[in-house]
Amino acid sequence: MNLRPDPTFHATPQLAMAAPTENYAFTVMLSPDGSQSDGIAVVDVNPKSKTYGEIVHQVIVPNKGDEFHHFGWNACSSALSPLTGHAFLERRYLIVPGIRSSRIYIIDVKDPLKAKIHKTIEPEEVFAKTGYSRPHTIHCGPEGIYVSTLGGGGEDGTDGPPGIFIMDCETFEIIGRYEMDRGPQDKHYDFWWNLPQDYMVSSEWGLPPQFENGVVPEDLLSNKYGHSIHFWDLRKRKNVQTIDFGENYQMALEIRPAHDPAKSYGFCGVVVDTTNLQGAIFTWWRDDDGKWQAKKTITIDPRPEDADNLPELLKGFGAVPPLVTDIDLSLDDKYLYVACWGLGEMHQYDVSDPMNPVLAGKVEVGGIAKGAAHPNGKPFVYGPQMVEISRDGKRVYWTNSLYSSWDDQFYPDDEGGQMVMANNDENGFHLDKDFYVDFPKGLRSHQIRLEGGDCSTDSFCYPNV
Amino acid sequence: MLSDPTSLAALWGAVIFSGLYHGVNPGMGWPLAVSAALFEQKPSALLRALAALSIGHFIAMTAILLPFTVMITLIEWESQIRIGAGLMVIALGLYLLWNRRHPRFLARVKPTQLGLWSFLAALAHGAGLMLVPIYLGICAVSELDTGHQAAASLMSDNIKTAFTVATAHTAAMMLAGGLLAAGMYFWLGLKFLSKTWFNLDIAWALSLIGVGAIGVATATTH
Repeated sequence: MNLRPDPTFHATPQLAMAAPTENYAFTVMLSPDGSQSDGIAVVDVNPKSKTYGEIVHQVIVPNKGDEFHHFGWNACSSALSPLTGHAFLERRYLIVPGIRSSRIYIIDVKDPLKAKIHKTIEPEEVFAKTGYSRPHTIHCGPEGIYVSTLGGGGEDGTDGPPGIFIMDCETFEIIGRYEMDRGPQDKHYDFWWNLPQDYMVSSEWGLPPQFENGVVPEDLLSNKYGHSIHFWDLRKRKNVQTIDFGENYQMALEIRPAHDPAKSYGFCGVVVDTTNLQGAIFTWWRDDDGKWQAKKTITIDPRPEDADNLPELLKGFGAVPPLVTDIDLSLDDKYLYVACWGLGEMHQYDVSDPMNPVLAGKVEVGGIAKGAAHPNGKPFVYGPQMVEISRDGKRVYWTNSLYSSWDDQFYPDDEGGQMVMANNDENGFHLDKDFYVDFPKGLRSHQIRLEGGDCSTDSFCYPNV
Repeated sequence: MLSDPTSLAALWGAVIFSGLYHGVNPGMGWPLAVSAALFEQKPSALLRALAALSIGHFIAMTAILLPFTVMITLIEWESQIRIGAGLMVIALGLYLLWNRRHPRFLARVKPTQLGLWSFLAALAHGAGLMLVPIYLGICAVSELDTGHQAAASLMSDNIKTAFTVATAHTAAMMLAGGLLAAGMYFWLGLKFLSKTWFNLDIAWALSLIGVGAIGVATATTH
């Protein structure tokens, strides 16, 4: 407990943007076949440092086969609401779940160069206390730390629907399930919220048998992955409305609400439209009657490609689908970054008018049947995937692996892990030639968290002025 | 022992002071008034939020004070009641020192229910209990002034005193919290929210112990 609020807690997104910039990034390292232990890489992102762009510390966990994916902080700017009573928590621990093992590590990063495991929650405890499995997205909120899961109970995670559970934000004890009334929600992926407006939005990927051993083409072509988003009364823990995008909008993944809590809209990325292989972004908003609405506001076309150059899975289509697998919104709610993991492109949309996004910039690196090299001449395997934006909006970091078994289907000849960075400055949106992290052999990379918070962690309780 | 008018003034001073003290504590809610004004983009929302917070706080105060009003009518048990009340306040202070966790049920209250939130927060943190020894002290001094009365009239006096104590305390609280909220909204900006917010958990628990101890000490010297 601090005597003052943690200096990385900010009342508004504006104040967070004006705060000192990040010195370190924390990036997931995962062993795709479970032959090595997974870990968290601490990457030096201070351009003035001698070790800029290098992994300066690693926290390697003792177990194998966890498969790290997403992770988050124990505390964020949401602690500044008197309603929660957590103003004096430290932003100190990373909550890192294994989506294959359901084990959760609490990693103490108070001194990033000496980061270490603080506590381990074994899978049996997760199963016993929640009936859920395969923990995924982490957010800190009113009642503690909220963790979304991808699986229900049982060996293959299909015994009951997946959902969200709550952990104590000081002891990291699992408290129990979040949902009182889940309505039609039967799949899960991401979630986020607007704390003062008291709503939460959640999304759907698929059930564990639909992703653990790779994408199931028959399920995809018969539209059996998730295509709905759910709106919740956050504190009543009740699903109040479900919006079905349409069954062809397969895999509604990342939920990115506007950061300014006075706004009542956000975005959701859809991996693939099975009617035309497009990638899509939906804008969702609350209308004047309090009803939630959603509309497709961005489409990204597939690229025609000779079947000979395509992986087995795509040969029949003669095209490379964009595969919108991650999106991230800058803290000023101005730019939405869209990772097109199949095309090998990172798009930057100006979403100042959320109903009419405009493509403002684009970076090409990696990609199916393309493999565009980094500007420094080195390879970037797979495509741009997990993206994270600095609080000030000037640097955009990303890694390349989507999910071990899916990487192998879409990029059967690739192997490796890279993290790169693009600048967003007076010269537009462009890759930084000098920032390129190659991960240790045999390890891939996924989500990135920035020291002091980033654009997909913090929830704010006070509107911008 | 102080003379009665002096000790009476000191006790009323304590009522006002505790109000100011609760008011400046962000944990009692004034930042929510700033937030409300920013959301609605008009200062009147700040006043409305403060009013809701004050009503919740006022009800919590009276809910705690009124049972003691009834008890204190039993004149012959007066010092025992005052000692008991003092010990209760000390016990709560010790408990809050030992258990620094914040009650999770407060996080379940909807952000629009500021009055309810304020009521529950004041109860959970013993804000009402902090007033009890002060209130009982005022009743005792007033009772010395007026001499022995019939139980009914004594009770009605004590009820009036309870409402006056809760009103004065809440007014002081609203003034202090309101000044901070207005200062932040109109001039300082939210940057000062995280800069001026101190962890008062220990100070709060110690205040409860202090007020309780004074309550016990003055009850035994009468």
